[in-house]
Amino acid sequence: MRTVLRYLVLTALAAVVLFPIYITVVNSLLTPGQIAGRPPTLFPTHPQWHTYSTAWSQGHLGRYLLNSFLVTIVIVVGQVVTSIAAAYAFAFLEFPFRRTIFVLFLATMMVPFEITFFTNQATVVQLGWYDTYLALTVPFLATGFGAFLIRQSFLAMPGPLRDAAELDGAGHWRFMTKVAVPLARPSIAALAVFSFFGAFNQYLWPLIVTKDERLRTVQIGLRYLRSTQVDQINVTFAGTVLAALPLFVLLLLFQKHLVRGLTAGAVKG
Amino acid sequence: MTAPRRRSRRARRVREALLGYALVAPALVVFGVFVFYPFAKNIWLGLYRTPPFPGLPKRYAAFDQYERVLTSPEFRNSLRTTVVFVVATVPTGIILGLLMAMLAHQRLRGITIYRTIFSSTVATSIAVASVIFFTLLNPQVGLLTYWLGRQGEPSLLDDPRWALWAVSGVTIWQNLGLSFILMSAGLQGVPDDLLEAAEVDGAGAWSRLRNVVMPLLSPTIFFATIVGSILAFQAFGQIDLLTQGGPLKKTNVLVYAMYDAVFRQNNEGKAAVLSVALFAITLVLTLIQLRLLERRVTYER
Repeated sequence: MRTVLRYLVLTALAAVVLFPIYITVVNSLLTPGQIAGRPPTLFPTHPQWHTYSTAWSQGHLGRYLLNSFLVTIVIVVGQVVTSIAAAYAFAFLEFPFRRTIFVLFLATMMVPFEITFFTNQATVVQLGWYDTYLALTVPFLATGFGAFLIRQSFLAMPGPLRDAAELDGAGHWRFMTKVAVPLARPSIAALAVFSFFGAFNQYLWPLIVTKDERLRTVQIGLRYLRSTQVDQINVTFAGTVLAALPLFVLLLLFQKHLVRGLTAGAVKG
Repeated sequence: MTAPRRRSRRARRVREALLGYALVAPALVVFGVFVFYPFAKNIWLGLYRTPPFPGLPKRYAAFDQYERVLTSPEFRNSLRTTVVFVVATVPTGIILGLLMAMLAHQRLRGITIYRTIFSSTVATSIAVASVIFFTLLNPQVGLLTYWLGRQGEPSLLDDPRWALWAVSGVTIWQNLGLSFILMSAGLQGVPDDLLEAAEVDGAGAWSRLRNVVMPLLSPTIFFATIVGSILAFQAFGQIDLLTQGGPLKKTNVLVYAMYDAVFRQNNEGKAAVLSVALFAITLVLTLIQLRLLERRVTYER
């Protein structure tokens, strides 16, 4: 009896969480007439798959998704590389002002992009980067949080390991690529997932540094797809599904990593 | 004998230092240009009144502008709106996330499916969530409009009494996945027998939950509250997509007000003052977090 009750509560909550997603998928497969019809259609008996090709080609979702992926991959790779490099310096090298520089890295976490966005937009315009991929990526190629996270796992490494490597005559490059990075892999994966989500979901920044449709990312594409025109509303739904699909697939494939990444990411202040 | 060795040791130290600088340099350049410079510039911009027409010189106003903007009814409205939004979204999200996490923590057949469903909204961006609800709240064909019996009336998003709550609702939904994931991670740290004891039905279950499980979870909850609040103070996407700050400025949260000041009113000075205010809020929240973290560390010792 209690088990039944538990399943009931779980299912009720699951239904609430899933309902908006479910209805979006259903509506993407209905005709505008069916969507407006009352009582509402809650299951597509004659799915209209062509809404997806309309959204993909006429709604340019294909192009927008490609842009989002390009930008996201550049940002993720950039953040991982600069974070590993800086973390390595902080953890294994001696140099003047190391502590001060590390504090500067931490301080960047106190200045969210929502505070500096318009000044940065002016900078980008001045650099002549408005409406370029440079504007969409370069400001995000480093992260204080990432350097901090990876430094932590470098420091957790047993000291003798480092000494052994030095005795062995292994240079810094070899030690970094053969020992340090492989051992820090969980943190690196967590950082990659976290920055993937952050980069893919960006909204404010791409909105203010691009107006060329060919550079539009999928999040901004949604802004223009969100038409109030009722006769295309099924296409809006299809576009929304297409925009959300990549992260859903990632969620299903990498649930474990994702949870790690997001919980580590949340440690950010 | 010793001189060349000392020299070589020194050469090695110099080389190590150079390598260190080379490794931190790329990130430092990015931070310099896109974090520290704009931050300093914002503080400075706040001291200058933006001319009414572009091209005219900026006028130095010292702290006059800070005072004027921060005491204006418009700022008070934005601040109040943002605080209401934060208070409406963060605790609700955490409570719901905790509830889902506790339910999904049980050993039941098929529980993985529920876990996946509960995390699912983490895959929706704020834009996706906003567009979904924008369409569901469409005054003519929106399903929620129909179920709420509001057909023929303006959308909830155009109703000054409801707009902020509607935007908050969308935000809560979008954050459920992340909240669930965070709370589940927190629950992993609570010993199973304690949780089971709290689950036993009947008298005492609630008090055991409150007195035994909650204290163990409180670091996670505190932490989620602070980080969630910092992020909620930065809300922008849902406002831009759902209400554009309206109706009647009822959803004109801080970041949207900044955006509006720069890109619609051409008033950088005002936006700069607002950005400094938002920084102060972020700073206070971060300091609270550090304080709590410190206390937790001393507890553990």
